[in-house]
Amino acid sequence: MSTSEHSTAQRLAVRLTVNGTLHELTVDSRASLLDVLREHLDLTGTKKGCDHGQCGACTVLIDGRRVNSCLTLAVMRDGAQITTIEGLAQNGELHPLQQAFIDHDAFQCGYCTSGQICSAVGLIAEGKARTADEIRELMSGNICRCGAYPNIVAAIQQAMRQS
Amino acid sequence: MIGFEYARAGNVADALRLIAGSQSAKFIAGGTNLVDLMKMDVERPTKLIDISRLPLTQVEETANGGLRIGALVPNSDLAYHPLVQQRYPVLSSAILAGASQQLRNMASTGGNLLQRTRCAYFYDTATPCNKREPGSGCSAIGGINRMHAIFGASDSCIAVHPSDMCVALAVLEATVHVTGVSGERAIAFADFHRLPGDTPQRDTNLGTDEIITAVELPPRGFAANHTYLKIRDRLSYAFALVSVAVGLELERDTIKEARLALGGVAHRPWRNALAEAELRGQPARPAAFTQAADVMLRDAKGFEHNSFKIDLARRCIVRALSQAARGVAQSQSIKKIA
Repeated sequence: MSTSEHSTAQRLAVRLTVNGTLHELTVDSRASLLDVLREHLDLTGTKKGCDHGQCGACTVLIDGRRVNSCLTLAVMRDGAQITTIEGLAQNGELHPLQQAFIDHDAFQCGYCTSGQICSAVGLIAEGKARTADEIRELMSGNICRCGAYPNIVAAIQQAMRQS
Repeated sequence: MIGFEYARAGNVADALRLIAGSQSAKFIAGGTNLVDLMKMDVERPTKLIDISRLPLTQVEETANGGLRIGALVPNSDLAYHPLVQQRYPVLSSAILAGASQQLRNMASTGGNLLQRTRCAYFYDTATPCNKREPGSGCSAIGGINRMHAIFGASDSCIAVHPSDMCVALAVLEATVHVTGVSGERAIAFADFHRLPGDTPQRDTNLGTDEIITAVELPPRGFAANHTYLKIRDRLSYAFALVSVAVGLELERDTIKEARLALGGVAHRPWRNALAEAELRGQPARPAAFTQAADVMLRDAKGFEHNSFKIDLARRCIVRALSQAARGVAQSQSIKKIA
C-alpha cells in the first residue's frame, strides 16, 4: 500500500470572511465549517443540533445562500463570505427577522432560533415563498422541537412584508 | 471520521489525474451525503478530491431541443431554472419534494445520482451489511424493513435508492455523460443505477475512475401532463415510502405516450415497460390507470414490515396517473393530494 492510502490527518490554510472580517486559519481537513465557527472563532451563536444535516440548527449563509454548516468542510469554502447569526444586526439595530421573532414569540427554548433566522434570511433572498404554505415547505429543513412553527411563520411573514 | 488528504481539482483532467491509482480516494462536490457517511465511518476515504470548483455549472439548450445540465448545478438552481420549470416541470417538482432548501443549495446534480441508500443498517457499522461490507450479510431482510424494497431486491440487499430527482430523470429518459481516463461515454439513465444482485456494494455502473460531467434531457418534457406524487411519514423533509413520477402525452382523451417511474421501492427508480404499454392507446380513464397499476405491481414482493407499500404504490400510481391526465400536478407546498 502506498503512503497515500494511509489515513492521515492534514492541516490546511483557509481564508474565510465571516460577518465581514477576514480570518486566516489553519484547520484540520476534517473540520466542519460549524466546528470552525464555534471552536476556532468563538462564534457560538450557530448551534450544533444533530450534526447530520437533519435539524437545521447549524444553518448559516455562504455567499448569500443558506446551507447546513455541519455538512460543509471548512477547507472547501476557502475564500467564501459567511454570515452567521452574529452578523445580522447592523449598527446596534436588530435585523428585521430578529425583531420579528421577538415580536411574534417565535421560539421557546431558543436552540433552533439562530438556524431558523439565518434560514429565513436565505428564504427571503430566494424570493420563492409567498404564501404560508410555501414558507412552511421551504423552512422544513429547520426543526423546532418546542413546536413554535405557527409563530415562526408569522414572524417570517412580518419580515417579508417589510423587505 | 478518519483523517484524509485534501486536494482541489481545477478541471476535469486534473480531477481524473488526482484520483488515478488510488483505491480509497473519493470525489467530493456538495458533500451532503458523503460528509455524513464519513462522520458515521461508513465511508472512509484517505483522500478527498474537491471537484466543487470545476466549470460544470451551466444549463444549456442542446441542438436537438433538449437540455444539458452541468454535473455541479446545485439542486435548488436546477429546480428553479426557467427552462426546467417550463419544459420539464416534473423534474423541478421532484427535486423540490426532496431534502430541504439548505441541502438543495449544497447538493449537486451529479451527486444526487450518486447518493447512497438511507437503509439504517448501512449506516450502523455495528450491524452486518453487504453494501457496506460485502459478504457480511443483510440485516434488513430479517430486521426492520419498513422503508425497504418491494421490487428487484436480492438475497444480499433490499435497500432502496433514496433520490426523488432520479425518479423524474427516469421518466424523462435522461442521459448521463461521464468522463474517464479512457475518454467520454454516455450512459442511458435506465442503465446508470444497478440492482443489488450479489454486488450490492456497487450502486451504479460509473467506474471508480470516472466523473459525471453532465445530465442531458431529451426534448420530450411532458410539460402539459405530468406529476410527482410523494408519500412519506411526515409532510416534508422525509424520504419517500413510495413516490410516483408520471409523464403523459394525450391526444384529446387518448394516451399516446406514457411514462411511469416509482421511487422508494427499489435499488433504482423503478419502471415497467409492460405497464406503460398497457396505457398507450387507452382512454385516460381510471380503468386504464388501475390496469397499469396492476401490471406494475404484479412482480412486487413485500417483507415483514413493508408489504403495505404494495397497496400504497397501487393507489399512488392510479392517483398520479389521474393527476397527470387532468393536468393537475401535485403541489409540493400545498400538501392536500390533488
